[in-house]
Amino acid sequence: MKNSILLTACASVAMMATAALGEVAPGDVVFDDNGGVPVSLTGVPGDPANGQKTMINRKKGNCFACHVVSAMSDVPFHGLVGPSLDGVASRYDEAFIRGILVNAKHTFDGTIMPAMYVPATLPRTMKKFQGTTILSAQEVEDVLSYLETLKE
Amino acid sequence: MKNITLSAVIATGFALVGTAALAEGQPPAEIKPLVIDGINIVAEAQAPSHMDIPAIYSGWEFRAEETQVLQLDDFDNPGMLEVDAAREAFNTVDGAAGKSCASCHEGGPEEFKGLAAVLPRWNPDQNALYTMEDYINYCRTARMQAEAWPWGKTQLNGMVGLLNLQSRGEIRNVAIDGPVADLWQQGHDIYYVKQGQLGMSCSSCHEENYGVRIRAEILSQGQTTGFPVYRLKNAHLNSVENRFKGCMKNMRAEPYKPGGPEFHALELYVASRGNGLGIEGPSVRN
Ligand code: HEC
Ligand code: HEC
Repeated sequence: MKNSILLTACASVAMMATAALGEVAPGDVVFDDNGGVPVSLTGVPGDPANGQKTMINRKKGNCFACHVVSAMSDVPFHGLVGPSLDGVASRYDEAFIRGILVNAKHTFDGTIMPAMYVPATLPRTMKKFQGTTILSAQEVEDVLSYLETLKE
Repeated sequence: MKNITLSAVIATGFALVGTAALAEGQPPAEIKPLVIDGINIVAEAQAPSHMDIPAIYSGWEFRAEETQVLQLDDFDNPGMLEVDAAREAFNTVDGAAGKSCASCHEGGPEEFKGLAAVLPRWNPDQNALYTMEDYINYCRTARMQAEAWPWGKTQLNGMVGLLNLQSRGEIRNVAIDGPVADLWQQGHDIYYVKQGQLGMSCSSCHEENYGVRIRAEILSQGQTTGFPVYRLKNAHLNSVENRFKGCMKNMRAEPYKPGGPEFHALELYVASRGNGLGIEGPSVRN
């Protein structure tokens, strides 16, 4: 239903160049006053299992370089650069966590945590990464759906 | 219900914004004396006044015991093999002038005692900032009429290792004023700029998070007094630039040109962050 509306809209061709159909393109994400992102980036429910894979993958989220998740202690070497993610869904609502995933540098001024869904434009970004995002919109939703299971 | 969560978010959110901006590293868990073959190396010192952190530490202090011990005796230091090869090269004729390093430097590599502690420095004859690599390659090309050794490769890294070894225990003291003042500032700016797809700066890891575990590694302050560094990971001596390049790639940033002006400026700036520490290279790291 949503898809067919988009298909008939004249903007759809332009949108397809930057994001898959029905996705919020990186750069078009709208933040609320707290740095949260209330609306799903894809409209497709996240897949927590794929979220875990994305978090482990060093070429994707690489979250364990910096964070501990006790429920995933089978993954070797959790770093301590960022706070433990245990119970994160009890601390923050979904919109706020989505905001951190999209652009933690927007939520936490000066943070080391990479912005996962912002097109890379900073100085000296390697050619192959220029204009790309670390995670896709669906990967952000997948990771979010896993983090939502981390309740205290 | 949602509103309650949101107000909690606002409170905690603000607190975190504060910590991100003020983040500072942590000293090594335990400070051990670094003594290599009887030579005492200053591995902890007060930070130079141009820095915002209280103390500076050798990268050795942050390594695990099993890596640390490899550096305490040159017989156990695997980097010494490449230094021995360089000692041979020092005495070997190469190039159209029919000379070896030893032809001019009759006192042997020992002539260079103290030099590593003050490099990089301004070379008034060449009107350029000179690293150890630059001095070596200048001698090779201008005096021996031999080919310059390529940056970051075995021959050059080994020779830097041999010459730096002569300064073991000397206190690093690079000049940051006078003719190098602008270059130092340029290096400073490169150190602090957020770059690459990950949007990090050198300071994100080596100033704000030293002493903190990043995956399996404890971050150090990214000091260069241990260079060249024998890395267990690639089983070779690695130059300062080799390491800068690796860190930039990890940030998904395009490394600067080998031997180019940006890396020179950065090498000077990072060296100045170690003013007060002892020269220990060639060292061993993972
Ligand atoms: C290079 C380090 C780094 C990486 C990689 C990283 N983070 Fe973070 N993260 C941080 C830091 C540091 C903070 C705390 C904010 C601050 O103070 O800078 C943080 C904060 C967070 C928070 C808020 C936690 C809280 O309780 O306040 C969440 C959620 C989070 N990160 C999730 C993730 C996920 C999921 C990934 C991977 C997709 C990830 N992070 C990758 C460093 C990192
Ligand atoms: C994402 C984190 C990160 C960033 C950003 C980073 N580094 Fe590193 N760096 C490391 C890690 C991990 C090591 C290996 C452990 C250690 O010594 O800190 C390292 C090691 C080093 C070392 C070797 C220290 C020794 O004693 O052997 C130097 C020098 C260095 N980095 C310089 C830099 C410079 C200059 C930059 C910026 C261009 C930079 N690093 C950016 C993570 C980082």
